[in-house]
Amino acid sequence: MPKDHGIGAAPKRREDVRFLTGAGNYTDDINVRGQAYVYFLRSDVAHGRINGIDTGAAAAMPGVVRIFTGADFEGVGGMPCGWQVTDRHGEVMQEPAHPILAQGKVRHVGDPIAAIVADTLEQARDAAEAIEVDMEELPAVIDMKAALADGSTKVHDDLTSNLCYDWGFVEENRDAVDQAIKDAAHVTTLELVNNRLVANPMEPRVAVGDYNRGTDDSTLYTTSQNPHVIRLLMGAFVLGIPEHKLRVVAPDVGGGFGTKIFHYAEEAFCTFAAKACNRPVKWTASRTEAFMSDAHGRDHVTKIELALDADNNFTAVRTETHANMGAYLSTFAPSVPTWLHGTLMAGNYRTPLIYVNVKAVFTNTVPVDAYRGAGRPEATFQLERVIDKAARELGVDPIALRRQNFIQPDQFPYATPVAVEYDTGDYDATMNKLEEIADLSGFAARRAASEAKGKWRGLGVNCYIEACGIAPSNLVGQLGARAGLYESATVRVNATGGLVVMTGSHSHGQGHETTFPQVIAEMIGIDESMVEIVHGDTANTPMGMGTYGSRSIAVGGSAMVRAAEKIINKTKKIAAHLLEASEADIELKDGNFTVAGTDKSVDWGSVCLAAYVPHNYPLEDIEPGLEETAFYDPANFTYPAGAYSCEVEVDPETGKVTIERFAAADDFGNVINPMIVEGQVHGGLAQGIGQALLENCAYDETGQLLSASYMDYAMPRADDLPFYSVDHSCQTPCTHNPLGVKGCGEAGAIGSPPAVVNAVIDALHSGGKTGVLHIDMPLSPDRVWAAMQ
Amino acid sequence: MYNFEFEKPSTIADAVAALQGDEAQALGGGQTLLPTMKQRLASPATLVSLSGISEIKGICTGDDGALCIGGATTHAEVAAGAGAYPALADTAAHIGDPAVRNRGTIGGSLANNDPSACYPAAALGSGATIVTNARSIAADDYFQGMFDTALDEGEIITEVRFPVPEKANYQKFVQPASRFALVGVFVAKYADGVRVAVTGASENGVFRWTEAEAALSANFDASAVPDAPAADGMIADLHGSSAYRAHLIKVLTARAVEAAA
Ligand SMILES: Cc1cc2nc3c(=O)[nH]c(=O)nc-3n(C[C@H](O)[C@H](O)[C@H](O)COP(=O)(O)OP(=O)(O)OC[C@H]3O[C@@H](n4cnc5c(N)ncnc54)[C@H](O)[C@@H]3O)c2cc1C
Repeated sequence: MPKDHGIGAAPKRREDVRFLTGAGNYTDDINVRGQAYVYFLRSDVAHGRINGIDTGAAAAMPGVVRIFTGADFEGVGGMPCGWQVTDRHGEVMQEPAHPILAQGKVRHVGDPIAAIVADTLEQARDAAEAIEVDMEELPAVIDMKAALADGSTKVHDDLTSNLCYDWGFVEENRDAVDQAIKDAAHVTTLELVNNRLVANPMEPRVAVGDYNRGTDDSTLYTTSQNPHVIRLLMGAFVLGIPEHKLRVVAPDVGGGFGTKIFHYAEEAFCTFAAKACNRPVKWTASRTEAFMSDAHGRDHVTKIELALDADNNFTAVRTETHANMGAYLSTFAPSVPTWLHGTLMAGNYRTPLIYVNVKAVFTNTVPVDAYRGAGRPEATFQLERVIDKAARELGVDPIALRRQNFIQPDQFPYATPVAVEYDTGDYDATMNKLEEIADLSGFAARRAASEAKGKWRGLGVNCYIEACGIAPSNLVGQLGARAGLYESATVRVNATGGLVVMTGSHSHGQGHETTFPQVIAEMIGIDESMVEIVHGDTANTPMGMGTYGSRSIAVGGSAMVRAAEKIINKTKKIAAHLLEASEADIELKDGNFTVAGTDKSVDWGSVCLAAYVPHNYPLEDIEPGLEETAFYDPANFTYPAGAYSCEVEVDPETGKVTIERFAAADDFGNVINPMIVEGQVHGGLAQGIGQALLENCAYDETGQLLSASYMDYAMPRADDLPFYSVDHSCQTPCTHNPLGVKGCGEAGAIGSPPAVVNAVIDALHSGGKTGVLHIDMPLSPDRVWAAMQ
Repeated sequence: MYNFEFEKPSTIADAVAALQGDEAQALGGGQTLLPTMKQRLASPATLVSLSGISEIKGICTGDDGALCIGGATTHAEVAAGAGAYPALADTAAHIGDPAVRNRGTIGGSLANNDPSACYPAAALGSGATIVTNARSIAADDYFQGMFDTALDEGEIITEVRFPVPEKANYQKFVQPASRFALVGVFVAKYADGVRVAVTGASENGVFRWTEAEAALSANFDASAVPDAPAADGMIADLHGSSAYRAHLIKVLTARAVEAAA
């Protein structure tokens, strides 16, 4: 019997009522009295020296309040980077300055040169056209390998080269890995590109800065996944505003996918300009602006080698990746190709020796940072592609090859050679489940049916593992994080028994307002409707690190559980007093406190009322009121894992790929709301399939963005996608958090690209149709056709 | 968008007069023009909307049996109302999305002559006549290259006359992002021969593939489609090389012949 409430129930998302009926409150819905608008004049060249900016005529135009250029930000902090990577040689990464507005040089198409604040947006745009920029165009640095060649033009003149860092992991294993590859019975090598993507949340970024002259308080309304992080970074490192004088509000946010984690120059600008102009200042990105100013994702060029012994056991993995940082270091950019990528190179397998080398490179492109999955999709893609290629070269079944090398259930906790310790998992179980839900045994018949109508059918299978529930603060501190990665919650119980949970986990599509109350409802035995979730405003939530890395339920949910446990302990004390019983005998069930073994009871509401109307109350022992806060710092990452399969049809005449079936068997540990989990997987799959087949953020050699609008950047649409078979009944609960949960937000995007590509290669290669062993994503019709020629 | 004046005349004569004004421009459904204006890439001083002129809207059959479509008729109206010419209705039904089809017009599409648009292939493939306020222009004389037509400044497409073929079909291979035609081939079989018009492929815009026309006029069968045309002069971009486009022309022509009804 499915539950109708609490953990495991599937109530509809309560927030959807307001989202779907136009009652949401997004940042662009916020208009502050007297606000002015800012328009950013952005560079249309990828690399250039600014020899002069003449704003004279523009400043005199109607409605113009003030025009800012880089010169107005001398002495103001630049955009900070939140993670410092130390390279193979013990040197810290090269960290360039990143001014709010360009100073001296522009470094990518879209780099802001000037900001025009005016009464209306159209006036600001008019004035922007009257600004004269004396720009000396410089050669653009676009190709990563060319960027590292001697004599390359430098993106940052004051750095020694375009190399941000040369990271080796685990450096001590390097020689042993080299030796294992030399000694191997078989080595499979694959060179591949993990294509650059633009996250494209439905809501573009928006910022509204407001300054109160009377109190000297600044407020920023912004489209952020983590308002406290923005407050800390912007206040402490950029503008020098103490946190108690700065409020950051991220109201309803229309999707983030990582790209709204980072602190952006436009946020700092609006906050700064509101004070400088003594007027609220609003900025709303156009979609074109989003393409050239939102941090992009992925963009790795990788060579991976997989060594196997004569019995097809994996003996070593060696990878070399060039990771594009773009023109500046976005907030968490350095961590993505390193700690979120190298640590996952063991995958689901027992490979004893692994060495990962990553060269992070500056280019004249938009900065690259975390995008749904962040590093883990890049790891999964190369590993699962090279395993598939190895199976093809060795003529063995790709599923059997994987199973043979799986970490076995009795090996957990399992310490990988790449520094992480998986707590639990059962990879054969998810593979068995996949075989069942995908009806893999029926594939041959389906292939025959496709062939009968002239289509080539392929099957791709892969596994994935991710490190989620980010992250133990002490560990990430050692790895270079300049932040802690705990989460917080305050649980406030009102006098009449209703609860408000103030969480640092921002919700921008994940459904926290639905799932978090389910947990509280389960713990206390009350209805979800008695619980309200508040998030997104630094003025009324405890310091939290926000939502990304599939961390909300695993870390934020755990903080909420800890705070709720404190509440329950206190209410038990109050109940014991009211019932004149010993606290140890009090049981809380279905919203009632009972004295064990008796029929004496008092309900939840009466106890809460007593806390606020403490007439009959143990005032000598406990304080009145019911409000508790907890900060939770996870002991380890969580390790969701699963097995995915994709079946495609390829039209041999045109190269067009259609996805016929897609199945995902995931192990997310315990599941709070299966419907929301399924939705998260569906969304992740859409983005992963989008990466594999459609999405491609491309620059030409001069640094012009070729895919700067939806006319050229192909987002997945509903009719590009199949009906999915999704299952999450394989559950090995996380061993180190109170809910036994692992997180599910990124899995679909991590696990799906290799399944799609493996399937297309299978369609092309099986039966000797072609010799094609790899095609770089996206597998658009022209690329597939070209590979077949 | 820059500021502009807006006029909405109700007769062709008034529209033509209004278009004499300095930097005046006709507005059809606005599906191309308005995005361009929002990007500040076009800045007409006056927009003359054609949507109030009832005499250039709607579909009828001419004395010669041709299907006559008013210049301000929307794609959705053609999709629903051109049943006498199913391949044309089907072409209209696959342009853009519902919003585009409910606003965009045949006159706007032909005036714009986007190298990847669908209607130019239908008009050229059907040997249609483009009727304006001033004259009638044969499709063969009308399309003059990418975004270029025989229209004079201020000239309005009032009607497009499509001779109805025995059989026809439009094969659109979509560009994955825009879903315009990466390549589109319109094949129409008339009593006096077959016409094959190709959009999306050539750097000179829509064109007739005369080799295929000759071969198919002799033998209207997919097997008769000749080898793909040379890749020279074909568009090469993010979504396909010129060789790929040339190849698609052959594949789609054969498919159009097979599907022609
Ligand atoms: C998202 C999207 C997808 C699209 N997909 C496709 C597609 O798949 N296939 C396709 O073919 N097209 C597609 N289009 C283009 C669409 O068909 C447009 O409607 C069409 O190209 C222009 O028609 P309009 O009536 O909107 O013209 P407008 O945008 O109003 O005008 C376009 C030009 O034509 C002129 N003009 C308008 N009407 C007349 C007239 N009667 N006489 C003379 N000049 C006139 C205008 O002055 C202007 O120069 C798409 C557009 C969008 C926005």
